[in-house]
Amino acid sequence: MTPILEARRLNAFYDEAQVLHEISFAIAPGGITTILGANGAGKTTLLRAVSRMVRTTGELLFDGRSIARMATEDVVRLGIAHAPEGRGTFGDLTVEENLKLGAWGRRDRAGAPADMKRMYRYFPRLHERSRSAAGTLSGGEQQMLAIARALMLAPRLLLLDEPSLGLAPLVVRDIFGILRTVALETGVAILLVEQNAALALELADHVFLLETGRIMVEGPSTVLRENEAVRRAYLGY
Amino acid sequence: MDVLMQQIVSGLATGSIYASLALALVMIYKATDVVNFAQGEMAMFATYLCWSMLQAGLPYWVAFGATLVIAFAGGVLIERVVIRPVERAPLLSILIVTIGLLTIFNSLAGWIYSYVQKPFPSPFPAAPLTVGGVTFGAHDLGQIGVTLVALLAIFAFFRFTPLGLAMRAAAQNPVSSRLVGIRVGWMLALGWGLAAMFGAVAGMLIAPTLFLDPNMMGSVQIYAFAAATLGGFSSPVGAVIGGLSVGVIENLTGTYVKFIGTDLKFSVALIIILIVLVVKPAGLLGRRAVRRV
Amino acid sequence: MTHTKFAGSWTAALFTALACALPSGLSNFHLFQFTQTYIYAIAMLGLNLLTGYSGQISIGHGAFYAAGAYVAAIMMDRWNIPYACTIPAAAVICFAAGYLFGLPALRLEGPYLALATFCLALVVPQILKHFDQWTGGSQGIVLTKPAAPFGLPLNPDQWLYFLCLLVLLALLFATAGLVQGRVGRSLVAIRDNPAAASAMGIDTALYKTVTFGLSAAYTGVAGALSAIAVAYVAPDSFNIFLSDNLLIGVVIGGLGSISGALYGAFFIEFVPTWTQDISKAAPWAIFGVVLIAFVYVMPLGIAGGLRAAIGQRFARAKPSQ
Repeated sequence: MTPILEARRLNAFYDEAQVLHEISFAIAPGGITTILGANGAGKTTLLRAVSRMVRTTGELLFDGRSIARMATEDVVRLGIAHAPEGRGTFGDLTVEENLKLGAWGRRDRAGAPADMKRMYRYFPRLHERSRSAAGTLSGGEQQMLAIARALMLAPRLLLLDEPSLGLAPLVVRDIFGILRTVALETGVAILLVEQNAALALELADHVFLLETGRIMVEGPSTVLRENEAVRRAYLGY
Repeated sequence: MDVLMQQIVSGLATGSIYASLALALVMIYKATDVVNFAQGEMAMFATYLCWSMLQAGLPYWVAFGATLVIAFAGGVLIERVVIRPVERAPLLSILIVTIGLLTIFNSLAGWIYSYVQKPFPSPFPAAPLTVGGVTFGAHDLGQIGVTLVALLAIFAFFRFTPLGLAMRAAAQNPVSSRLVGIRVGWMLALGWGLAAMFGAVAGMLIAPTLFLDPNMMGSVQIYAFAAATLGGFSSPVGAVIGGLSVGVIENLTGTYVKFIGTDLKFSVALIIILIVLVVKPAGLLGRRAVRRV
Repeated sequence: MTHTKFAGSWTAALFTALACALPSGLSNFHLFQFTQTYIYAIAMLGLNLLTGYSGQISIGHGAFYAAGAYVAAIMMDRWNIPYACTIPAAAVICFAAGYLFGLPALRLEGPYLALATFCLALVVPQILKHFDQWTGGSQGIVLTKPAAPFGLPLNPDQWLYFLCLLVLLALLFATAGLVQGRVGRSLVAIRDNPAAASAMGIDTALYKTVTFGLSAAYTGVAGALSAIAVAYVAPDSFNIFLSDNLLIGVVIGGLGSISGALYGAFFIEFVPTWTQDISKAAPWAIFGVVLIAFVYVMPLGIAGGLRAAIGQRFARAKPSQ
């Protein structure tokens, strides 16, 4: 089975500074993978490398096809949606307009209205505020909007950067539940960066541990949960 | 009272020209932070192309429409070919490129068409119209009408169409726009195309009054800058209101404040704008950029 | 000494030597072109302080040039004040004008500031024409070219050449000292990150207004020199193209660089003449193309391009050691 995303000796740079060093991994289609690591380990950079927002060398393959030289907008049209750090919502546009824009790169434009209804079902709060400017939403609501907008692409790979940031625990549980449902229903692969290690380990099937730009440990979450080093560093016991 | 109404309408008529050009400037500024110094000259050149078509015998509105299409294509081309290679350069350098375009268009027009003034036809009847007992020039009313239609069309485009939405998104937040698959570069090119179209409308409407010559749009562009600043460079609605206001102020001060006369009325309009800036540094409807620390 | 400063002092010496040798070979007209170049360079030094170092855009410096020119002209014509005294007078008056304009300008940003300065530049010729009892209106004021002092064996054009060269060299030296020291660093800090600069205790408002004043003063000096050198002032010579040209020169020469003022001045003075030689029909179209080409090849100006080229040469020289 072709991995949905594969990196081979990937390096990532911000100008002259190298942040990722010779990263290699493969992610199976469907399923949820999480990247754990301390601040500055390069987790966000890894996601940005996949959505082509930083300069990289090395190979990057999406469903067997090389994307290492492609531009962000082209990679998105292939089916990679990225809900970035900082949410990236269009503050001056309404919630509804933000969702419509999420569907811009879709393969099948016709399916967009149905998906918008689905997003409103998953996130009723967004439906209530559909005519408000996105910038007036609370932090948590903007996070929901960012995820919903990414899902509007009907992506095959969803990149999420710290989706739990700024959200109340109950809301986080809801969102993670939605993510699990979406993964099951649509077969989308999810690559998740999370600070909340406990929750991430619960949700994910597969885990990578990133430290100063290198993959230290990887494996199924059931196994890593028991791993001594991971437990000490990230679960606190 | 009648004279006042006439002066106001006359002011609105020239003001609608300023509004069109100001809108063109603001569209490009919003998307790229660049003030296109060449907007007026591009408009002038488009008007000359229209003139050539009319000389060749095309009916007025056909030539008008064709000019809009050519202006649009020209704007897109200029953005892709001339501006794109330097889009990462410092802002002032890009400004200098637009000044270069200004001199090129101005000089080419003079070379191809000569500096002799040419008359340009108006599609509106010469006979004045009487509305509510007051007579107005048909061309004045026509100017206002055509501009209004164009403005409504563009506002509807931006508000209600997917492409318009994508363009608004690209102007506001290019990074997030890429993340939803929008080709930001092409959106900018489209913006230039639309701006060029508006410039062409302004040029073709004012040519009958000012007579066509390569320096025709010089003072119009200055007023358009003033209008965009008055309304706030980040607000398209502001540009329109600014344009109309500048037109009316210019006309009324010229008529009613006698000691000023024609040579100073230009300065008065500008001084008024300077005063507004002191009170509202970002223009009437503009928003000051919030600097995140 | 870093290699750029080293290169800088050699070029300065070379330039001075060439400049002094020049008059012996040239006709008065060509000499005058160089004199005008030095005058533009002085004005551009000032504009560069404002736009390059302090980051405040002005497309209206022609106004201060005109002010300096008319101050000098009126003083010489009405009150018979010796021309040498008009230069510092122009500097002081224009400093005050620039400082006063800089005060409300503090609140304006980007295109709003540009437009405010633009308005100033447009309004000045109109005002000059209007107050004709003082300014001679549209006819302007005719002056006489001063002869060389102390019986020096120079004709008036040659004397003016050296006078302008002297003032230019003095100001180049003074400006270099200014920007390479604390003042320069503070200005750059204010330009790049005003919030941080103020948090560090720099009085941004004071720096910005004083810079405005200084840049106006430089440009006023240039204007005064031009009144003396041309021996004539009229409102139409100080139109918006002058302000445009000053800005073009500063950007093409290199923003935030002292030598940039000189490169820019040469560009503005000589390129239009060359384009006339290339095409009688549409010389400004060629000028526009040249302008665009310069920005493509050297987006950071001539000074920036040279700096990069010198840097590359030195970088290549290192590895083999």
